[in-house]
Amino acid sequence: MGVMEDRLPADVELARHLAADLDGAFEALVLAHQDRLFTIALRTGGNRNDAEELVQDCLVRAYRALATYEPARIRELRLRGWLTTILLNAGRNRARVKRVPTTELAFEPGAEPAVDPFIRRDQRESWGRLLAGLSPAQRTAVVLRHVDGMSYAEIAEAVGRPEGTVKAHVHRGLAALRTALLASEGPPEGLRAEEIPA
Amino acid sequence: MTEMIDPTTEAALAGLRETAPAGLAHATLAAVGLADDYAVIDSPVGPLRVVWNGRGVSEVSGETDDARFEARFHARTGRRARRVAALPAELARKIEKRLAGDRHNRIDLDLRGTTAFEQAVWRKALEIPRGEVRPYGWIAAEIGRPKAVRAVGTALGHNPVPLIVPCHRVVRSDGMIGQYSLGGPQNKRTILAGEGADPNELEALARAGVRYFGSDTTRIYCMPTCRDARRTSERHLVHFASAKAASAAGYRPCLHCRPLGAAVA
Repeated sequence: MGVMEDRLPADVELARHLAADLDGAFEALVLAHQDRLFTIALRTGGNRNDAEELVQDCLVRAYRALATYEPARIRELRLRGWLTTILLNAGRNRARVKRVPTTELAFEPGAEPAVDPFIRRDQRESWGRLLAGLSPAQRTAVVLRHVDGMSYAEIAEAVGRPEGTVKAHVHRGLAALRTALLASEGPPEGLRAEEIPA
Repeated sequence: MTEMIDPTTEAALAGLRETAPAGLAHATLAAVGLADDYAVIDSPVGPLRVVWNGRGVSEVSGETDDARFEARFHARTGRRARRVAALPAELARKIEKRLAGDRHNRIDLDLRGTTAFEQAVWRKALEIPRGEVRPYGWIAAEIGRPKAVRAVGTALGHNPVPLIVPCHRVVRSDGMIGQYSLGGPQNKRTILAGEGADPNELEALARAGVRYFGSDTTRIYCMPTCRDARRTSERHLVHFASAKAASAAGYRPCLHCRPLGAAVA
C-alpha cells in the first residue's frame, strides 16, 4: 500500500469517478488540477499564454489517454503525478518544436496572486524572477517540490529521474536561490537580513 | 525526509501558486467535446447559431434568443454552450463553401446521441446536389429501408445541423415541398429558390401529375431537378407520371439521380 499512500483522497475519489464515467467526471478533473498545472507550466516554462496553451494541451492528451484505458487502470492512476508527467512531456515537445531555449524565459508576474497568505505581490515577482534564473532541471524540481508540494517519489516518476537526483536538484536549486537572493541588490522587500538562510 | 528549507523560503515558494485563467476549463472541455462554443452567422433565412466543439459542428439553430437556445442545447446534449464572437476562420470558410454548394469540402460533425438510421438518412441527404431535390421515398430506398418513408421524414426533422446537411433538399413524395425544421416551410422554399430549384415550379409540375422527365434522344428518365434532365432541350423533353409509365415507354432510369428509389415509395 506504500504506493497508494501518496495519493490525495480527492484524487483517489476522482480516479474512481473517471473509471466509472469519463465524460461525466472529466470536468471535475480539470477543475481540481488546472490551477496547479497552470502554476507548474508558468513557473517552469514561459509566459501566461504559453502556459495556458500547454495546460490545455496536457488535459486534452490526458482525456484521450483516459478514453483508451481500462477502468481498472484508471482507478489505480496517481493523477497528480500522471498529469504532471503529461504536462512536462508536452512542454518538452513544444519547446523542441518552437526551438525556444527554456533558460531564456522571461519572467512574467502573476496576474492575480492565488494563494498568497504570506507575501505581497512585489515579493512574488522577486521570487518568481529568482526561480526563473535556475537551470531547467533545478527549477522544475524546486517548483514541483516546493511550489506544488509533490512528494519526491512522485517527482522522480514525473521527470523520469532517480529520487536521489531529484533531491540533489532541489537541494542545489534552493542553494542557488539563496545565493541569487544575496547577490541581488538586497533581500526582497519585506525580508530582513537575518531571515535569509546562510 | 527532513527538508533543508527555511520557513521564509518555503512560504515564498508556496506563495507562487497561481489560479488558472478563467477560460481555460471551458476551452479544454470544448476541445474534447464536453462543452461547446457558438457564434451567430447570417443566412438567407436570417441569423443562425452555429455550435461546435473539438469533434465537429454539433448544431445549427434558428433560435434567436441566447438563453432559450442554450437551455434547449443543454436539454438535448447535456452540454453547456458558450457564445463567442465568431466562428474559427477555417470553419467559417468551410460553411460558406458548403452553403455555396461545394459538397467536397469536408465539415466534421459531432452527431453523438443520434441513431445509425438517422445518420444514414443525413449522409444520404448530403449526396443531393445544390439546386436539386429528392422525395423522402428516394432516401428510404437508397439506404435500403424502402418502407421507412415516415421514419426518414422524422429523421430529417431531427437533423441537428440543417443547411450543412441539406435536409431542405428532401421533399414530399407527392412532389410538394413539405415541412422544414429550421423555422418552417417558408424557409425551405426560400433556401431552395436561392439554390436554383424554384419551389413554385416544382409544385406546379407535381400538381400536373408530372413526376419524371425523359429525353427522347437518350431514352433515359430522371427526377425533374436532375442536372441531366435540365440539360435536355424542350424539343426532346418527355413527361412521365410514374416510373412504370417511363419503363413501359422503353426508358431506363438515370444513373445519376436514380429515380427508381423514388418510384418504390
